[in-house]
Amino acid sequence: MPNRTPLYEEHVKLNGTIVDFAGWELPVQYTRLIEEHEATRERAGLFDICHMGEFDVTGNNAFEFLQSALSRDLSPLKPGRCMYSTMLNERGGCVDDLFVYMKEPENFMLVVNAANIKKDFDWLESAAQGRGVSLSDRSADTAKLDLQGPQSAAIMRALCSSELPSRFGFISSDVAGVKTLVSRTGYTGEDGFELYCESGSAVALWRAVIEAGTPLGLLPCGLGARDTLRLEAAYSLYGHELSDDISPVEAGLRFAVSAAKDYTGSGVIKKQLADGAPRQSVAFALVERGVPRDGCEVVSSGSPVGRVTSGTFSPTLKKGIGLALLNSPAASIGGSVSVIIRNRPYAAEIVARPFIAYRGGSK
Amino acid sequence: MNAPDELKYSKDHEWVKAEGGVAAVGITDFAQHQLTDVVFVELPEVGASAEAGKPIAAVESVKAVSDVYAPVSGEVIEVNDALRDAPELINTDPYGEGWIFKLKMSDPSAADALMNAEQYKEHAASESH
Repeated sequence: MPNRTPLYEEHVKLNGTIVDFAGWELPVQYTRLIEEHEATRERAGLFDICHMGEFDVTGNNAFEFLQSALSRDLSPLKPGRCMYSTMLNERGGCVDDLFVYMKEPENFMLVVNAANIKKDFDWLESAAQGRGVSLSDRSADTAKLDLQGPQSAAIMRALCSSELPSRFGFISSDVAGVKTLVSRTGYTGEDGFELYCESGSAVALWRAVIEAGTPLGLLPCGLGARDTLRLEAAYSLYGHELSDDISPVEAGLRFAVSAAKDYTGSGVIKKQLADGAPRQSVAFALVERGVPRDGCEVVSSGSPVGRVTSGTFSPTLKKGIGLALLNSPAASIGGSVSVIIRNRPYAAEIVARPFIAYRGGSK
Repeated sequence: MNAPDELKYSKDHEWVKAEGGVAAVGITDFAQHQLTDVVFVELPEVGASAEAGKPIAAVESVKAVSDVYAPVSGEVIEVNDALRDAPELINTDPYGEGWIFKLKMSDPSAADALMNAEQYKEHAASESH
């Protein structure tokens, strides 16, 4: 029996096309994927992300514990600020990528991928043994709605009287009568917010955002648009660009690892930072019309050099784009490669990432 | 559901317009709606031989690729080159400008065995549940 988010009935009412995603029944689109994608780039989009996991980490040693468990140097964190990081296995492979929210100096929230909730919690519990911290899995009673796009701030101002946080900041506020954690973050390359509330309030918050946003052109958006938006922004998706067998250095996430502290996997990471990793994730664009897909082989000068980890047709750029994990010697920007789609080679160029630069301001 | 009476239909959601031993083939309105925005069409080569029930072309939306099966056997004698630059014709006019290829049928009466519009509507309705 697949899981349903508190917003399932809302998706059905909106005629969403429901699919199974990591064991969750979620809408892949409501009307048309491209329309939803464009609404988010040009105006605003609202996404049901309730399936993602939230953990609380509390205690006197919570910061020291996270600093020793996660790959990024978390010392810039302050109450009301959050950071992206990864958690690694001993081989430097990625157990998950996550966001770390510092609510108070001894009270943190971790936001993890839906498919990894159990794996991550077990990993953290084992790492936390004897460390004097307490962990709790809040996933089931926490809802998450993503409001993204250039009109997001105007919509939030209509619903929330508090001063809005700056990028990677968050506040606790009343939003249309719902107690909400309002985070200035997202997964689309646009300005926007990730809104966390209790599951029981999810429907009220969802309806309030739709009501305030519709006059400004907001559309509810499915997982299809979420994927094309994040891929244009060249954000990694766990299970594609990142996995237990791919390190964050290989995935192009050097900013999310530290060479100056010790953590699980840091030996491998420090070596990769110093000597280079054997493989490198690159962005590529097809130079002829076509659609690359996850798993397609990439060939350079007649030899296989890697595989596509995510591919799509970019609604913004109107061409086939993707991310591929290549043997490092083949991974230079400007390089020409071929992507094999249904046994036919398609010419592609390795390009700088992202495809679409972040378009929100820093404020 | 839009399925013109003068056409014949396959269970894989292709339509066939048979005239003088030649079959024009496209995908149905139901199929284009399920696929949503078509962004790329992989056309067969002119001269390729098509075997009934086997994939002969591919239609890609942003999210997924879908094979187009030959509804009847024959030889590809023409492809719709307009789809190379305007694949969205499959969405906007699936039974007209969105045709995909034409086959010279090995058996000129083969299309008679396909579904009529009434039967196809029932078939498609059972798949959309």
